[in-house]
Amino acid sequence: MPISNPHFSGYGLGLRKEHYGDFLETSVAVDFVEVISENFMVAGGQPRHILRQVRERYPVALHGVSMSIGTAEGLDMDYLLRLKSLVDEVEPLFVSDHLSWSRSGGFNAHDLLPVPYTDEALARVCANIHQAQDVLGRTLLFENPSSYLAFEGASMTEWEFIGAMAKRTGCELLLDVNNVFVSASNHGFDALAFLEGLPAERVRQVHLAGHSQGRGLLIDSHDSPVCSGVWALYAHAITRLGPVATMIERDDEIPPLAELLHELALARTLGAKR
Amino acid sequence: MNLAQLQQTFREWLVSASDASAQLLGDDHAGLAVYQNNYRAQLVGCLEQAFPNLRRWLGEEAFLAASITHIDRHPPHAWTLDAYPEGFYATLRDVFPRNPDVHELAWIESALNEAFVAADALPLTPQALVGLDWDTAVLQLSPSLRCHGLTTNAEAVWSALWQDVPAPEAVMLAQPGGLLVWRRQFTSRLRQVDAQELQALQHVQADGSFAGLCEWLVQRLGEEAGVIQAGEYLAGWLGSELIVGVSHV
Repeated sequence: MPISNPHFSGYGLGLRKEHYGDFLETSVAVDFVEVISENFMVAGGQPRHILRQVRERYPVALHGVSMSIGTAEGLDMDYLLRLKSLVDEVEPLFVSDHLSWSRSGGFNAHDLLPVPYTDEALARVCANIHQAQDVLGRTLLFENPSSYLAFEGASMTEWEFIGAMAKRTGCELLLDVNNVFVSASNHGFDALAFLEGLPAERVRQVHLAGHSQGRGLLIDSHDSPVCSGVWALYAHAITRLGPVATMIERDDEIPPLAELLHELALARTLGAKR
Repeated sequence: MNLAQLQQTFREWLVSASDASAQLLGDDHAGLAVYQNNYRAQLVGCLEQAFPNLRRWLGEEAFLAASITHIDRHPPHAWTLDAYPEGFYATLRDVFPRNPDVHELAWIESALNEAFVAADALPLTPQALVGLDWDTAVLQLSPSLRCHGLTTNAEAVWSALWQDVPAPEAVMLAQPGGLLVWRRQFTSRLRQVDAQELQALQHVQADGSFAGLCEWLVQRLGEEAGVIQAGEYLAGWLGSELIVGVSHV
């Protein structure tokens, strides 16, 4: 089993194109940045060049969206080897992906599709995590996704599934507080029960983000500031966690960097109070 | 339903939105609709981002209709969304069979996207040519280089759209030519060339032999003019950073 990731206590932002200039030309008050792994799993050119420059200035966490850890047919070795090449070059703080699937029978949905919380799915997810950790040679973090659909026949809750997954594989966790809020609202479970049920000692990173209101469902849209309900949930969550890397995620309607740094300052304030 | 069957059914829902697959997934229409919308919006957005000037050329409605046709016919397979726009060219040939301007605009934007993230390679320096045995020299072209035949004024149309100035009407060229796309440092480049230069580069792409290039040009132009033309092409390609290495057979 790979060695556990050391705890990292700090506050960061997701690196987006709109802010490349800020991060390369000024000293941004963050402790780390997170990048979407797949955006940099390319042969060469400007993306890799920018990442190398950013890495010289800040610790970098790699966050993926395409590992498809819940896929029934095993992982894509080409994907894993390309990710390993990036990991070897970047020497990241953390490598993470989502508890979801996107690939089936040669089809790739390019979305974070829900995993049924069954014993069969747990066994498959754990086998895939073992494979990924073996290939990458490190302990991975997996994020709880937002979901809009619950499958009949589930034999455990989401947090029980995540706890069992972490126990069997030694993987660590990326707690997305907004996703807990969104899924709790969409499925009618108690967000606090989720937090209480999670193996807190395995959490290494926290995501904060905004969501939007869809037709009867909350949508994890990352296009707005973190709402008061998510801040309250975050304040509760960090009382249970050890030192963690906390960051704001924004992927749409991206504001000037100063606005995101202002939001990050709120997280710092709450973190200092715990 | 086991995990593999569930994922296959979910795939059918995303691709076809069939009632049968929805029923098998529990008939939760609100939840299923979110995933259906995410899937399609993601792919439409991917094509819009990859072909911004083609989109302006076709107009919003026609571009969206072609995108939907493509998404219905060709669900994505690769782990990276970067690969998805590659197949759009073939769909456009089916949807707009009499519009070579559209096909060539799509090729330009697709090639520019590919060149942007192609493998890095340093251009060959003039010092590397000193004392070279040209009879056995094998030229290595930039890994970012893409070549394509050109029948319309798509290069002029694309350049006008890119510069945000009024684009000329699409017309057929008097003589077919070629398009080159490659990257200099971190900037993708587009250049229109005549048919002879396109074929000359394709010769070098095939086997890299400079002597072979000279021989081909001599057959076309005669001994003296052929060798001069080979020298001129070489100088131009070196200046444009198209050549990144040289070795010997």
